[in-house]
Amino acid sequence: MILEISDLSVGFHTYRGAVNAVRGVSLSVDAGEIVGIVGESGCGKSVTAHAVMGLLPKDNSFIKDGSIRFMGQDITHLSDEERRQYRGSDMSMIFQDPMTSLNPVLTIGQQMTEGIIHIKGLSQQEAYEEAVTLLKRVGITKAEERMKAYPHEFSGGMRQRVMIAMALICKPKLLFADEPTTALDVTIQAQILELLDELRREMKMSIVLVSHDLGVIARICDRVNVMYAGRIVESGPVDEIFHNPQHPYTRGLLNSLPRVDKVDDTELPVIEGHPPDLLYDIKGCSFAPRCGDAMKVCAACRPNNENMGKEHCVECWLPARDREEGHHE
Amino acid sequence: MNNIEIPNNEPLLSVKNLKKHFVTKKNFFGHPKEYAYSLNGISFDINKGETLGLVGESGCGKTTAGRTIMGIYKPTAGEVYLHGEKLDLSKGPEKRIQMIFQDPYACLNPRMTVGEIIGEPLEINHVYDDNKAKLQRVYELLELVGLSREQANRFPHEFSGGQRQRIGIARALAVNPDIIICDEPISALDVSIQAQVVNLMRRLQKELGLTYLFIAHDLAMVKYISDRVAVMYMGAIMELAAAEELYANPLHPYTKSLLAAIPVPDPDVRQDISIIKGEIGAGDMTGCPFAPRCNKASDKCFKEMPAIKNVEDHQIACHLI
Repeated sequence: MILEISDLSVGFHTYRGAVNAVRGVSLSVDAGEIVGIVGESGCGKSVTAHAVMGLLPKDNSFIKDGSIRFMGQDITHLSDEERRQYRGSDMSMIFQDPMTSLNPVLTIGQQMTEGIIHIKGLSQQEAYEEAVTLLKRVGITKAEERMKAYPHEFSGGMRQRVMIAMALICKPKLLFADEPTTALDVTIQAQILELLDELRREMKMSIVLVSHDLGVIARICDRVNVMYAGRIVESGPVDEIFHNPQHPYTRGLLNSLPRVDKVDDTELPVIEGHPPDLLYDIKGCSFAPRCGDAMKVCAACRPNNENMGKEHCVECWLPARDREEGHHE
Repeated sequence: MNNIEIPNNEPLLSVKNLKKHFVTKKNFFGHPKEYAYSLNGISFDINKGETLGLVGESGCGKTTAGRTIMGIYKPTAGEVYLHGEKLDLSKGPEKRIQMIFQDPYACLNPRMTVGEIIGEPLEINHVYDDNKAKLQRVYELLELVGLSREQANRFPHEFSGGQRQRIGIARALAVNPDIIICDEPISALDVSIQAQVVNLMRRLQKELGLTYLFIAHDLAMVKYISDRVAVMYMGAIMELAAAEELYANPLHPYTKSLLAAIPVPDPDVRQDISIIKGEIGAGDMTGCPFAPRCNKASDKCFKEMPAIKNVEDHQIACHLI
């Protein structure tokens, strides 16, 4: 087990009060697998990733509860100094917008070698050669020339490739990819996803892919976690989640997407309403106000995380399986 | 407002060889030195009551096309006809063409109430003389898009993204436009909210007989809402056909690779993707703009811009077909 998060809760102080962005998330990542976290904006998927990386803002965020174990070590409450030992070496991260993650006044070469020298302690010349090799590996042609270029001379897809190259410097065991293709066009997105999948196999790296796009998740993930209002409401192998979704939220999301590979002309099924305000405590199931089949118990108590078999877990009082059984009787 | 249909085959909107070049560099005397060729002569028709989808990757000119047709940008060349009558685009935006914008947060003035926002186009165009009638129309519009009349006195920040987009739609509908240009109206919204807005747009189209030019990069959504779809690449239309036909049977090499690149929310469809190499280039404008990325490109493709021709009910610009 590379990463094990159990019952993690993260809050933010705002002028309105404490917002509980993540409310008890448990997930695990095995060696060499791609785990997806999917959910809509504000569901806490990025906050979870930032908490593991130790990138939460110092002044207004706090880890309320739970633990994060990385390769057997508890890293939940490490100091900055201790964190740095992991960050960039054993675990690494790529972000949504590659333009804001790169320094606009330094050349790509300067930024790459800086990292290599800092982490690996190589000489300038060795670092240069390593950087060129990495750039070539992520599919940047004329790498030697491109080392002298500034970030603005690169296109979005190229910048994301540079970010991936930087994340690979120390052959990390775990890579967090936070919406890595959201800012990119579909044809470029396909190229980047292919690259990530290749690298995972080649370097036996685990990847946590955070995305709102179910299509992206279906294409490269092995396991999926569906997040809603700060909790994982359903998790399991990708085939299970997409072919046998149990939680009404997952089903609603999948149904509300039009498909390019199918003909349909009916009105799109929608999930009425909008996600809850996380400023307030939610006693029962967070999805209950939007759920068409909500019962009294749904609003009163939070459902248990029930294992449906094949590592497929769901947090719902009335998962689809039981619902169908009920109809048959 | 009159429902008497005069049968004729004239398209509602007709765009002929529309071009828009932006000046990117000026010389010492302030004369243009370099241009960005955002729109290189596009032509298409939209019939009454239909939705034409305009898709393409970022920077292909789809937003420029929408804005030029509306009269926000002054075209470099080309004409736009509405009901067969040539529009004078140099006079600025045309009242009969309205727009729904991409960002529901940026397109509403935070200091105006929702009622004022929706009433503004009515005021600018002097539709109503007295305030009472205007207010009545605002209420009517709010209810039409699924909001309530009590919400007219609230400010935009009190609404969610999906609700704000509804306000944007109500504003576009205020002056009974002939055609609405929807510039990525749902791409800033969450998945579960997108479906709500798209359903609303389709319902309004049925009820009011609206005509849409739907600009988007989400190909699945475009297929769902459009009757016909035009695929753009670097300022030119590559292929135009009926939606079902285009997605089932793409002819142009660019359309093929674009469709293959869409991730499908189904793990069984891990398509054997023929990923296109390279990225949108600056490219000189002599040949086919897609030639540098096309794996079937011949010498002719690099030298000569292909003209639009009709093949199997598709309008297509390619030398190879």
